[in-house]
This record gives sequence, C-alpha cells and structure tokens, in this order.
Amino acid sequence: MKKYLSFFRLRFSMGLQYRAAALAGIVTQFFWGFMEIMAFRAFYQTDPSAFPMTMAGLSSYVWLQQAFLALFAAWMMDNEIFDSIVNGDIAYELCRPVNLYGMWFSRNVANRMARAVLRCFPILAVALFLPSPYKITMPKSTVHFFLFLITLLLGLAMTVSFCMLVYMTAFFTISPQGLRILFTSAVEFFSGAIIPLPFLPDKIRQIMELLPFAAMQNVPLRIFCGAMSTEEMKKAIGLQVFWFVTITIAGNFLCRLAQRRVVVQGG
Amino acid sequence: MKRIGCSIKLYCRYISINLRSMMQYKTSFFLSMTGQFLVSFNVFLGIFFMFQRFSQVEDFTYRQVLLCYSLVLMEFSLAEMFARGFDAFSGMVRRGEFDRILVRPQGEILQVLGSKFELTRIGRMFQAVVMFVYGIGESGVTWTFSKILTVIFMLIGGMAVFSGLFLIYAAFCFFTLEGLEFMNVLTDGAREFGKYPLGVYGEKLLLFTIFVIPYAWIQYYPLLYLLDKRQSVFYMVLPLGALWFLIPAFLFWKFGVRHYQSSGS
Repeated sequence: MKKYLSFFRLRFSMGLQYRAAALAGIVTQFFWGFMEIMAFRAFYQTDPSAFPMTMAGLSSYVWLQQAFLALFAAWMMDNEIFDSIVNGDIAYELCRPVNLYGMWFSRNVANRMARAVLRCFPILAVALFLPSPYKITMPKSTVHFFLFLITLLLGLAMTVSFCMLVYMTAFFTISPQGLRILFTSAVEFFSGAIIPLPFLPDKIRQIMELLPFAAMQNVPLRIFCGAMSTEEMKKAIGLQVFWFVTITIAGNFLCRLAQRRVVVQGG
Repeated sequence: MKRIGCSIKLYCRYISINLRSMMQYKTSFFLSMTGQFLVSFNVFLGIFFMFQRFSQVEDFTYRQVLLCYSLVLMEFSLAEMFARGFDAFSGMVRRGEFDRILVRPQGEILQVLGSKFELTRIGRMFQAVVMFVYGIGESGVTWTFSKILTVIFMLIGGMAVFSGLFLIYAAFCFFTLEGLEFMNVLTDGAREFGKYPLGVYGEKLLLFTIFVIPYAWIQYYPLLYLLDKRQSVFYMVLPLGALWFLIPAFLFWKFGVRHYQSSGS
C-alpha cells in the first residue's frame, strides 16, 4: 500500500506544477460553464414547467461539473500509458516489483486530483458570488454535503477504473485511439456530461441510471444540488460501490491476461 | 494564376501523402472515424432529448434549431477539413520544425496546412453531411433561389471565420510556444454552443458576436432570413461580409512569423 501512496504523492506534486496550464483551463471552463447556463436559461425562460430541476440547482450542477472536470472527464486519459504500451517502454514498468494495475490506478487518481485541486477553487469562488439563480447554492444539509464528498471520491474511482479498462485494451489493439474515442463518447453522454440525466425522458433515464456511467459524475453532482431523494441516493451509492468493485475485478483480470501475452514493441 | 494553380496542386499532393500514410492503419482509422462521428452525434442527442421535453426555445422550434446546428457544424467541418493543420502547430514551433518550412520556396501557410491532415475529421465531415441533409430536409423551409444562395454564403462565410480563428490560434504559438487552451472556447465552443441560434443567449453575447468575432453574421442573422423572420436582402449577404475577419487574422499571422524565434534543436 505504501508503494502506491508514494506513486500517488509523486504524481500529485508533479501535477501541481502546471499552474499556467491550469490558469488557461480555468478561464476556458469558466466560459464554458457560463455558456452552458445561458443555454439552459433560454429553455427555462421558454417553459419553466418542463424544467426537471430548479434553475439554481442546474447552475450548481454546471459549476461543479466545470470545477471538477478533471475528476470526471473521460477523455483526459494518461497518454504516457498509451505511449508506453505502443513504443515498448512498458518493459521498464514490468520490471518493477509492483502491481501494474495498482500503480497506474494510483497514478491516474493523483493526476486527476492534482488538476482538480488547482482548478476548482477559483471557479467555485467566482461561482459563489454570482447573482442568484446562476450561482452555486450550498446543499440543503451538512449530511448532503458529506454524501457529496464521499460520492465525489467514489465517482472519481469509478471513472479511473473505467479508464483502466481502456488502457488494458490498448495491449490487445496496439493502436488505441479508436477504442479510446468510442469509450469516451459513450461516457460523455451516459454519465450526464452533455445534459444532466434528469433532462432525459423517464424511461431512458431509469435504464441509464443503472449503467456504470451514471455512477460517475451524475451521483455527486445531483446530490449536491438536491435533485435526488433519500431513496434514490441510497440506491445510487449502492450502485456506485457495486460497479466500482465489478469494474476493478474486470480490469485486474484483463491486466493479468494482457501481461501474460505482452509483446514489447521497439528496441 | 500559375502560382495559384501550382499551390493547389501541391496542396492536393500533401493531402494524398497524408491520406496514404493514414490508410496504413485501417482499423484505427475506421474506429477513430466512428468515434469522431459519435462525438458530434452526442451533441445532436443532447438537442434531441432537450426538445423531447421542451417544444421550443425562445421562438425556435426543434426543426429550426436542427437547421441551425447542421449549418454551423457544416461551416465548422469545412474549415476544419481545410485549416485544422494549424491545430498541431504549437508542436511544430516548439520542435523548431517551422525553420524547415521557412527555407522552402513556398508559402508558409500552405505548408502548415498540408503538414497534417487527420482523417478523423472525415468522421465529423460525414456527420456534418448527414446532419446537413437531415436538417435541410426537416427544416420546413421553402427553398427559393435566394435562400439557397444564403446557405451557400453562410458556408463560405462560416468557413472563413473558423479558418481565421484557427490561424489566430496558430499565430499565438509564435509568442507562447504553447497552444492556448482558451482559443478552444472560440472554435470548439462556437461549434458546441452555435447549436442554438445565438439570440437565445441574451443581448450581451449577441453584441459580442456582432462586433468582436462575427459569429452572428454567419449564424443568427442569415438564419432569421432563412426562417422568414427577417425579410431584408441585407441579411442574405451578411455572411459574405464576415470574410473581413480573415484580414486581421492574416495580419496577425504575418506579425507572428516576423517575430518567430527558432527553438528546439
């Protein structure tokens, strides 16, 4: 465990170095969030009764989504891992006396957390002081807030373990771009990154909430903005744990399978 | 005239080389293309499901928004097909590869454009064509000659604006050596949020898109003309007016080239 913690620490402090990039990211995400809210506002003004969330709830959802983008954006995968598989550097990794899955997992979590830590505070700070329905509204109770923090971490673990599956497929296909983009676009839509899941028709939403994708950003963000009943929360958190365990087992299995037949490229 | 012909021939040469090298990885190409298709398909799904719930946004119906999105996507894809070579430009400057371009007896813009041609864009182009046909068919607009002309003007103007933005993005690399992530708001962001007519975003944003970056010239106003919400011929030729945007973009690029300091080894 200690090994993986130090991998985590190493990556985390490395990630904190890229401050200029973070600044650029903050500006981009701020504008993105702003536009997103304006678009939803247009719908809200046209027909408030058809809006499945409150406007304030939606604004919180969008701002949190932007602030914690790095935790959940499936397209932010670790290019180094893909490169190492394709160009043969993977040989060095295999020499180390650590579990490949554990090492990559902690590395990815650290990368994402470092990015999020750098970016979230300025966005959240500005979003707190915006005029009323467009700002972040704090959750109803402290219980909600703590549940938000827990599910945020679970959602992050879920996202990373899903990315791990994609890394593993790179062992089998060598040129990972295609599968990668297929997976990420599926995650984007099904996890509620394009439009929050409550906006979907009820039947489709009910199915989608059972899928592993809904266990990513959907749960924490909706808990924060109060768009989930207690019953729904229990179910959602249960599903998060279930999917995380399932996908981790599947990932580990694939990892072992891949290592048995690994071919080192290049020389 | 001869020079232009020569340039076009050279550009086609570049593309054919790029195409052939891409086709060495057929599965990957096919999958990336599908993926690219899905990425823009996601946006369409977003619109579709929003309109399952709402019958209209401001006073635009689903069909009208669809027409709007398909036009913007087409404008963007055309520009991307042609000018996204600038996208990988920051790497080129950092590695000092731009030196090689400067010593060759051809225009530097042409060479940068030809240097990279990702086939994955064909996925988006494919999506754009499908959306375009669908959007035009579904729009319920009676297509008169002047409206067809408007659409053509929109494509030309839109392509110019987006190409200009790509060019500015690249020109910034001369100074920062790093692609400016912020520019993505103006290119990808405009494609993304251009799915709804710009008027729905409120007065201030509309003013920005009239006077700073002429999106409204290529999206909102000609769209109003297409939908019979405005009658004046002025709105029909407005997209061609957006061509002015290429001038500052080009000047800025020239300025950047003059300030280029070689880097890399």
